[in-house]
Amino acid sequence: MTVEFFDGFLSSTDVFVRAIGQTLLIVSVAMVVSGAVGLVLGVALYATRPGNLFANRLVFGVIGLLVNVIRPIPFVIFLLAVGPLQRLVVGTTLGTEAVTFAIAIAAGFAVARIVEQSLVGVDPGVVEAARAMGASRAAILFGVVVREGLGPLVLGYTFIFVGIVDMSAQAGLVGGGGLGDYAIQYGSQRYDWGVVYAALVAIVAIVVLGQFLGNRLARSVMRR
Amino acid sequence: MTGDALVELEGVTKRFQRGSGTAVTAVDDVTLSVRRGEVLAVIGYSGAGKSTLVRLVNALEQPTTGTVRVAGQDITRLGEKELRAARAGIGMIFQQFNLLSSRTVAGNVAYPLKVAGVGRAERDRRTAELLDFVGLLDRAHAHPEQLSGGQKQRVGIARALATSPPLLLADEATSALDPETTEEVLTLLRRVNTELGVTVMLITHEMEAVRRVADRVAVMEGGRVVELGDVYDVFTAPQTAAAQRFVRSATHDRPSPEALARLREHHAGRLVTVRVTDRPRLQQTVDAAFRDAGTGAELVFGGVGEIRERRAGSLTYELTGDDAAVARALTALRDQGVSVEEEE
Repeated sequence: MTVEFFDGFLSSTDVFVRAIGQTLLIVSVAMVVSGAVGLVLGVALYATRPGNLFANRLVFGVIGLLVNVIRPIPFVIFLLAVGPLQRLVVGTTLGTEAVTFAIAIAAGFAVARIVEQSLVGVDPGVVEAARAMGASRAAILFGVVVREGLGPLVLGYTFIFVGIVDMSAQAGLVGGGGLGDYAIQYGSQRYDWGVVYAALVAIVAIVVLGQFLGNRLARSVMRR
Repeated sequence: MTGDALVELEGVTKRFQRGSGTAVTAVDDVTLSVRRGEVLAVIGYSGAGKSTLVRLVNALEQPTTGTVRVAGQDITRLGEKELRAARAGIGMIFQQFNLLSSRTVAGNVAYPLKVAGVGRAERDRRTAELLDFVGLLDRAHAHPEQLSGGQKQRVGIARALATSPPLLLADEATSALDPETTEEVLTLLRRVNTELGVTVMLITHEMEAVRRVADRVAVMEGGRVVELGDVYDVFTAPQTAAAQRFVRSATHDRPSPEALARLREHHAGRLVTVRVTDRPRLQQTVDAAFRDAGTGAELVFGGVGEIRERRAGSLTYELTGDDAAVARALTALRDQGVSVEEEE
């Protein structure tokens, strides 16, 4: 390995920096949107579960079915399939915005399951205690269950963060911008492995940093 | 039912539907009342239905049949809103404490006040007052996981009393604690009753807890209340086999089957056990009965102590002499109202 190995990379650092910025943008917007969508769906899944606070077979069944169908679809295929919806909402199927939209939806359903599981893990005894105090169902759901489940919830978000970074890179296949796009266009298509490895290092750094922050946040939330 | 009852259960049955279509009857036609100001213990082995019974009182469970009245209000017929108001008048503590791990000690105690819509200043004042009562004012800002089991239960008690309920339900409140902290929590429960005048319904499987804090005890078996009486009476004269087993678990003045076998090795005479109560001149009565009947009596086992501050115990004698003399002695004692039975 010589200096020449990174020649391609060194001559495209402006693109590299822009790609990092795009990846960070895609990932953070997708995190926020999917986090919100997933939180709503996940809380709804938990609350409408048979025998639970707002038990509702229909709502539970529909959301559960959506999550079960959409979540296992490989992202690359989902990205193609979501095209019509992208055109409707974003106006295009290409570019960073379209890709961010697709990621937010796909990740939202994954987050829903993670939120549900974090909440199911909350000690039912605590819920019973809150019921015995005369707390309303909404107060129990948000003031007790979500609050008690916050630690695992943050860990779950950290877990999904890695998935979103992964999706953002795959989005490079449809010209979505970011480090994946950069690695394909400037790297593999030109047989420039220096560029590919630079992208790889940047992605790994983002993931490690994100996980570190997530774990710290979870720890401070759980106070352990 | 009597007017001084705070809780009245009438013909209450609770059946749970199991997956395979079979039903389990957890509580079976129970009629029971908790008097205002008393500590009523409900004792039973696990699966006897006592935890379900206590959950019927604050409507965490709805009865299959029967009515449950708390302070004269039929709580099986309340809408969600009235039920929530009624629950504010019923405190509850749990075996596993069930504290909110995301809130501090003070936050836990303040939570029911928050739920009840009490303002911040009053919440803070009441929280401090309660933490002082349970002796944990200095731990107000600690988190539950930093506390010992006994401290957690004391927070549970403070939290349950936050809204000044006239009734406290204690579901196996000491079962997860070691003997020393059990003692501490039982003492606190007794103080809750005597100092604050709170009526307590204590669910337990430990007869020692009953002996320490309860005024009356209901013995449950197979979903039914098989015996109900003053703690002293049940301890000194348990009527049912279940009650006798529980009494034996907390007292050591009756010989166990093993101890009885050892006694028989050394004592050829007949072994009879006299229940010691607080009736006056019991010893003189017993001595006279043995003497008049012409039997020799040797004290071989027993003990005398206190139950609820009254004398209670059991003395086992070896009686020598012919069968007719022994029979005369037993008849004479029973005629005078002394409880005596021959060991099998």
